[in-house]
Amino acid sequence: MEPIKSFTGKTVALPNTDVDTDQIIPARYLKVTDKKGLGEVVFYDWRYDADGNPNPDFLLNKPHAAGATILVAGHNFGCGSSREHAPWALQGFGFQAIVSTQFADIFRNNSLKNGLLPIVVDKATHEQLLDLAVEDPDLQLEVDLETQTLTLPDGRRVEFPIDSFSKECLLNGVDELGYLLRQTSAIEEYEKRNNK
Amino acid sequence: MNGTPRTLFEKIWDAHIVSQAEGAPAILYIDLQLVHEVTSPQAFTELRNRGIKVRRPDRTVATVDHSIPTYDRSLPIMDALAAKQLEQMYANARDFNIRIYDRLSDKQGIVHVIGPELGLTQPGMTIVCGDSHTSTHGAFGTLAFGIGTSEVAMVLATQTLLQRKPKTMNVRVTGALGQGVTAKDIILALIAKIGVDGGTGHVIEYSGSAIRAQTMEGRMTICNMSIEGGARAGMIAPDDVTFSYIAGREFAPKGADWDAAVARWKQLPTDDGAQYDAVVELDANALEPMITYGNNPGMGIPITARVPDPDAIGDVHQKAALHKALQYMDLQPGRSLIGHPVNVVFIGSCTNSRIGDLRLAANVMKGKRVAPNVRVMVVPGSQQVKRQAEQEGLDKIFREAGAEWREAGCSMCIAMNGDQLAPGEYSISTSNRNFEGRQGKGGRTFLASPMTAAATAIHGVVTDPRTVLS
Ligand code: SF4
Repeated sequence: MEPIKSFTGKTVALPNTDVDTDQIIPARYLKVTDKKGLGEVVFYDWRYDADGNPNPDFLLNKPHAAGATILVAGHNFGCGSSREHAPWALQGFGFQAIVSTQFADIFRNNSLKNGLLPIVVDKATHEQLLDLAVEDPDLQLEVDLETQTLTLPDGRRVEFPIDSFSKECLLNGVDELGYLLRQTSAIEEYEKRNNK
Repeated sequence: MNGTPRTLFEKIWDAHIVSQAEGAPAILYIDLQLVHEVTSPQAFTELRNRGIKVRRPDRTVATVDHSIPTYDRSLPIMDALAAKQLEQMYANARDFNIRIYDRLSDKQGIVHVIGPELGLTQPGMTIVCGDSHTSTHGAFGTLAFGIGTSEVAMVLATQTLLQRKPKTMNVRVTGALGQGVTAKDIILALIAKIGVDGGTGHVIEYSGSAIRAQTMEGRMTICNMSIEGGARAGMIAPDDVTFSYIAGREFAPKGADWDAAVARWKQLPTDDGAQYDAVVELDANALEPMITYGNNPGMGIPITARVPDPDAIGDVHQKAALHKALQYMDLQPGRSLIGHPVNVVFIGSCTNSRIGDLRLAANVMKGKRVAPNVRVMVVPGSQQVKRQAEQEGLDKIFREAGAEWREAGCSMCIAMNGDQLAPGEYSISTSNRNFEGRQGKGGRTFLASPMTAAATAIHGVVTDPRTVLS
């Protein structure tokens, strides 16, 4: 995983609440055996009509969404299925961070494992960001993981929570599987102690 | 252990901590990983890239369920991508020495149906699968939850996961269910009450007289949909109903081991005085058959109630969500769903495809014909369920009624395998998700119990099952 420190990114908003992972990537695109190319099918059924033509009203088809790296999403983003294809597809499109008032647990875990930063903000900030994104198609936000802050265009800095372990992993690009593999002796001891 | 009273969840959690470093998540030992074709290929690739083996093939079991066709197993798979994914699963099982119940196995089935059915799922265990409905196994007093593919690789490689301790929520369902009201209605009513994010960050423990009165199958239905309320897992303390379900199954302990296991399992229930972070109460006496009208499982109402009005909702985002859902579903607020036509009836999925579910549906359909122009699919959860149903003659009841009797798999629950709705079609479905397009792009899903689905099959329109029970 590539380390994340800070970045400034073009920001777009999808205010829908309870967006489930079936919307982020419909199940018929899960018949893959690798992670490549999923950005092309992210939000497929919202993005394309029955004939496969782009739906001009959908956020990701609007010209200003090109190059966006931060998505301000509605409350409880990523609910439903455990498919890790959802963060893979969002990253495939170019997103590096998602901002919401709450993420579904598995989606949040999956995102952290892939370096897609889930940023939780309070309701008032969230509303402000949604409004800003509507007013300003060129909205840019600055994310700094070290200080856990999101900087708005007016200079206001909003702190966001992240547990210290996940933060370390993201900042240093720590590979969690590698970390667990280094715990082998503790695991062996546990197995012996518990007869497993 | 110290004398602090602990919940069922805490007992299992504590017993599985390998280590817990300051400021880091716990390293949690996983007793059993279930694997299926859709969420595992990239995990095996990760192991190959690193040149590592599966640490405990004996604690890993695979099957194929999501993308397999439910037509005659002697016919080939027409979908090249699905066929490739299945081949990959078989190759991974072979190369990493994992037990697999493949497409032609007489024990194949939906992963959350076969785990319990084979006796693999046992109280006190930690179980994971790259599948959110792993919560199903919690019905046995296990800590069972869904994980992503990166975590599948971690468990394959180390048999452990990095986990932060979730909060606990106790859902107490008191009283008793009336006629025509089932486990599915309990869980749909709960999710309608707490919302699809109500359980986020929590593990739910279900308790109360209406839970105790459930069979293991009913308990599985309830735990299965815990994730639809946002919870990591759902659990029910094991009791004699649990033990007698497990006894004698293929992987259940035998002889003296059995006695020792039961003695251990009896220590699991929550101690008197243990505290939960949240408590929710539900009165079973007041429940009716439930049905959903919208595009998440929290958008549910008692079947005799009316579709809510977006204008009556204060929160702008909730209002917009309901508005969008009613538009997608092409439904009017203020109307009852009773009498609404359906095109397809789907009886199946890891929520409601076990023998007890099929008996409930068959009981409603016995000696009747399904309505003309309605396609009724009955998809057993496993090959074992299928054989049992055939021994009991349930397949005949369904076939004579005009329903299709299919091979085991996820089928129209997720519509990956060709079983799907056409755009604009309505289904009533015993599955767990009514998300937009879940059963086929543009398809519209009403979630309900097997009895409600069967009653609807007979009339071709949404029907209160209590009106067809003799
Ligand atoms: S039946 Fe549906 S919910 Fe259950 S495992 Fe299969 S696809 Fe997932």
